[in-house]
Amino acid sequence: MGWKKLGWVLFFLLPSAIPLFVFTLVPMVSSLWVSLHKWNLISPMEWAGLDNYTNLLTDPMTRRVFLHTLIYVAGYLPLVYAGGLGLALALNQRLKGRAFLRATYFLPVVTSWVVVALVWKWLLNPANGLVNQLLGAIGLSGPGWWTDPQWALPAVILSSAWKDLGFVMVILLAGLQSIPSDVYEAATVDGASAWQRFWRITLPLLSPSTFFVVVISLINGFQVFDQVYVMTGGGPAGSSQVVVGQIYDLTFRYGRAGEASALSWILFALILVITVIQIRGQRKWVHYA
Amino acid sequence: MRRFLLYAAVLVGAAVMLFPFLWTVITSITPEGSLADGPTLVVDNPTLDAYRTLLDAMPIWRILANSLLIAIASTVFQLVTGSMAAYGFARLNFPLKNVIFGCYLATLMVPLQVLVVPLFIEMKTLNLQDTYFALLAPTIASAFGVFLLRQAVTAVPAELDEAATIDGAGHLRIFTTIVLPLIRPALATVAVFAFMGSWNSFLWPLVVIRSPEFMTLPLGLATLQGQFTTQWDVVMAGSVVSIVPIAIVYLLAQRHIIAGVAHTGIK
Repeated sequence: MGWKKLGWVLFFLLPSAIPLFVFTLVPMVSSLWVSLHKWNLISPMEWAGLDNYTNLLTDPMTRRVFLHTLIYVAGYLPLVYAGGLGLALALNQRLKGRAFLRATYFLPVVTSWVVVALVWKWLLNPANGLVNQLLGAIGLSGPGWWTDPQWALPAVILSSAWKDLGFVMVILLAGLQSIPSDVYEAATVDGASAWQRFWRITLPLLSPSTFFVVVISLINGFQVFDQVYVMTGGGPAGSSQVVVGQIYDLTFRYGRAGEASALSWILFALILVITVIQIRGQRKWVHYA
Repeated sequence: MRRFLLYAAVLVGAAVMLFPFLWTVITSITPEGSLADGPTLVVDNPTLDAYRTLLDAMPIWRILANSLLIAIASTVFQLVTGSMAAYGFARLNFPLKNVIFGCYLATLMVPLQVLVVPLFIEMKTLNLQDTYFALLAPTIASAFGVFLLRQAVTAVPAELDEAATIDGAGHLRIFTTIVLPLIRPALATVAVFAFMGSWNSFLWPLVVIRSPEFMTLPLGLATLQGQFTTQWDVVMAGSVVSIVPIAIVYLLAQRHIIAGVAHTGIK
């Protein structure tokens, strides 16, 4: 390889390689290094071996934050998928004002998490929020939402699903539109009911889009932070603390950066395993046309 | 009847999506005293007091400008660095190419939370806390962008390059006059994700920014809510200020934004 050719390679690659190296690869490796130390960000690091990892695995708080994150994902994913699928199926019909409706459903997606969390914190305000007022108007007394340990996570789940519904809808709608219409025509000629067409044609042929939505939602869901931080701060009494919230608090509140780094690697490993399992398992249920 | 139900369902859906935004605006112009029982649809004595309080509480215009500046800069950087790397990986041959590309992909998988602590230390050591550079640094290049754009460059027929080479064009000319115009849809997708990612980013600014002059909107809003916990008119005024600019961008580019997002799902 001549100098001139090497020059071109460097010219095209260095603008991305340098920042990725300095701001991703180096922090990645040093994060592993930090996770093997006791460190409060101020005094010198002390070697701790795998202590941070073993401490975390026995700490009851770790189990709690993973459980909360799991509850969040388990509540959020079915809600956002069912809602997104319903909207996509509706918009896949010939409707007047379809473009307007699609744009409306998508609006929360471009709004930032912090804004969504604040708006919903206000809508779900136990005393004078809109939701509890409406519930009161039909004779129900609404729950304490983010002020109640039982209802803090459901409040977060509800607002998150509201924000992401439009995203899931757009992905699924694109999937629906790529299903050839002659498949449906053939099925109708053979006497398949609308119900059968949905279960036997739509869902199987939509499976690549469903797969994409599930993979992305799980990756993002396990990293949930912004909306929890703003709505509940992890409270009341830690009842809605999630893994990333715990990483943040360990580092910047309790000065336990080593454990925080270890926790971030445990989370990463978990996400990686879940994603790999899904990619392996997709052969069983994802049908590529 | 079926059509009627369908229309009813999609309109209820639209109302559920839009009403919270309307409620935000209504709350922000309701006098603080009338908020105890919650605002009403028709505001009795609309007032801009909340916006005045907001202006006194924090440099909100500067914060808005910061958000725009960082989002635009990060989008431009990601487009330039991403398309160049994409051309390099798709069109140049060099040793260890696959290994290097593998390293790029590895950075794609690592979530920000893993990087936050050491990245914060890096900025602290370099004395770059509380600067625009710190906000921008992690988003100058994105492996996701490189990956998506490489796919697009690979799809450009190599015969086009060869013909241009025979005409005496160098890499730079092929890149700018042949490849770039042909990968515009992919560039648009990357731009949408880069802009939205930066505009909504919260964790990193929260960690690295302290002074209000360098805050972006999400961080400014979270701080505002910390100060005015129960003054919902002020918090909602801040929310309105941060929704309006992105809503305008969205209205103008709605078609492209949605197409860009749909594009990533199909592959």
